[in-house]
Amino acid sequence: MIKLINIELYKIFKKWRTYIGFIVIAVLIPMIEIAISIEGTRSLNFVTREIRQTFIFVGNLLNTYFVSYLILNSLAIHIPFLITLVAGDLLAGEATAGTYRILITRPISRFEIVTSKFIAGIIYTFLLILWLAVISLGLGYFLFGTGELIVLKSGTIIVLAKNDIFWRFLFAYGFALLSMGVVASLALMFSSLVENAIGPIISTMAIIIIFIIISAINIDIFQSIKPYLFTSYMNTWSSFFDNPMDTSEIIKSVSVLTGHIIVFFGLTLFIFHKKEILT
Amino acid sequence: MEQKKIIEVRNLSKHFKEVKAVNNLNVNVYSGDVFGFLGPNGAGKSTTIRMLLSLISPDNGEIKIFDKSLKENRIEILQKIGAIVEKPDFYGYLSAYKNLEILGRISGREISKFRIMEVLELVSLEKRYKSKVKTFSHGMKQRLGIAQALIHDPDLIILDEPTTGLDPQGMKEIRDLIIYLSKEKNKTIFLSSHILYEVELVANRMIIINKGSSKVEGIVEDLLNANKMRVTVEVNDSEKAKSILANTSWIKNLESTVNEKLIFNLSQNEVSDLNKYLVENGISVNALVPTRSLEEYFLNITQKASG
Repeated sequence: MIKLINIELYKIFKKWRTYIGFIVIAVLIPMIEIAISIEGTRSLNFVTREIRQTFIFVGNLLNTYFVSYLILNSLAIHIPFLITLVAGDLLAGEATAGTYRILITRPISRFEIVTSKFIAGIIYTFLLILWLAVISLGLGYFLFGTGELIVLKSGTIIVLAKNDIFWRFLFAYGFALLSMGVVASLALMFSSLVENAIGPIISTMAIIIIFIIISAINIDIFQSIKPYLFTSYMNTWSSFFDNPMDTSEIIKSVSVLTGHIIVFFGLTLFIFHKKEILT
Repeated sequence: MEQKKIIEVRNLSKHFKEVKAVNNLNVNVYSGDVFGFLGPNGAGKSTTIRMLLSLISPDNGEIKIFDKSLKENRIEILQKIGAIVEKPDFYGYLSAYKNLEILGRISGREISKFRIMEVLELVSLEKRYKSKVKTFSHGMKQRLGIAQALIHDPDLIILDEPTTGLDPQGMKEIRDLIIYLSKEKNKTIFLSSHILYEVELVANRMIIINKGSSKVEGIVEDLLNANKMRVTVEVNDSEKAKSILANTSWIKNLESTVNEKLIFNLSQNEVSDLNKYLVENGISVNALVPTRSLEEYFLNITQKASG
């Protein structure tokens, strides 16, 4: 299996499309951070405009943690797209290239093929999230330094001490990996159904966008559906910045997202096992 | 001594919607055979091969390879098979060497760099081993297809129309390679083709299928001999030749006479015998032109089935 995973990773990183995600993050995050740096405290003032009248702010509040938190908050749609670019191609890419035949006629099981591709997809997702974390926190550190983190959530102000933040980011990025794992496994599932990578990319993104829109619209019927949409649990990363943390909410979200990954992966195995290779 | 069966297919069937692609097919391939699997386009050859390689599942029937059920021993069996299925496709963004390295690593055997280069040399691609496959011509991809089928030194090689799209020289090279693998390396070869001439040249046994069913099966030589060809014998004096043949059994084979040309129905072995008889009786034979071959036989069988 390790041999197969290595081969899958080699194939992934030999494709140009794999680097699009890394390039986008390497360009977009510095752009955002440099823009915030030029703007100075104006961006911080904008975020805290409603409470500035009541509170006095001291210390370096425009720091790497604040900026990285803002970035993580605003990339909910963009990162899934970068994930689907690769995950949607994992199986469909073989069908497009006609290489299913040389792969499946080797003495390896279909379970091994799907599992190695799934694990390789998760490793790619991990590396992309790691890249996001390194660029976001690393560049932010050089531009802004560190300090306390102010988080505004539903009218509540949470101030986290400087030495109480980094671990929260580690868990938040870890949770983001889990959320993106759902996206990757969904894209892989669609990828097993079709023979062109465009379909899985569009289908996965369409589902994410539709689910997010449904969750955002404040209509009773949509709100009653919301708990059944996996996207509703993808923002729970921000719970790591609550004080105290709502662990039951975190555990629930982790369980729901993990459950989705298992279901999507299981369906992919079932579909691929039954698949007749006619291309 | 009874030969060992390498492939045993019993009552194999497969349909796609209303179309019966393979219908109760029985095939036996023995150790050391170069087995010709013949049929016109759409006869069910590729579908059968896909079932032999577990790319698709049969609706009915049983496949045994190396005396083991394919369904229950897929991985063990595939370790000993190398195959090309239809057109050769590879990871175009990788080099020929890297493609073979990857496919070798998942073939159940340790593949050395030496082995990769050896196989590339066998198909005359050693000078292009670093080139990305997307820069290869169809013929080069076809040869690389054979290389990937051989990389793990399999006992059984399944080749699905391996000469499709090749120029005459390329076709000859593939035929020579098949003969080399059979004679020198003792491989069993299952060769699918719609070109009867190709099978005649390399195969010892064959089956002709059409509409998914077997039409005729046997030893190629026997089938060639059993089926008479129309041979035009051009002589210096046709009247004299006819009078010489009049009192012999050859006259039964004489179909017609056109100018100085005598047209016979003969089996392959009889051609040389007739030539010898005529020459010994003072008839100068200028030409012997077979106008009916197994090709025509093949067409008759497949057209009858279509009709």
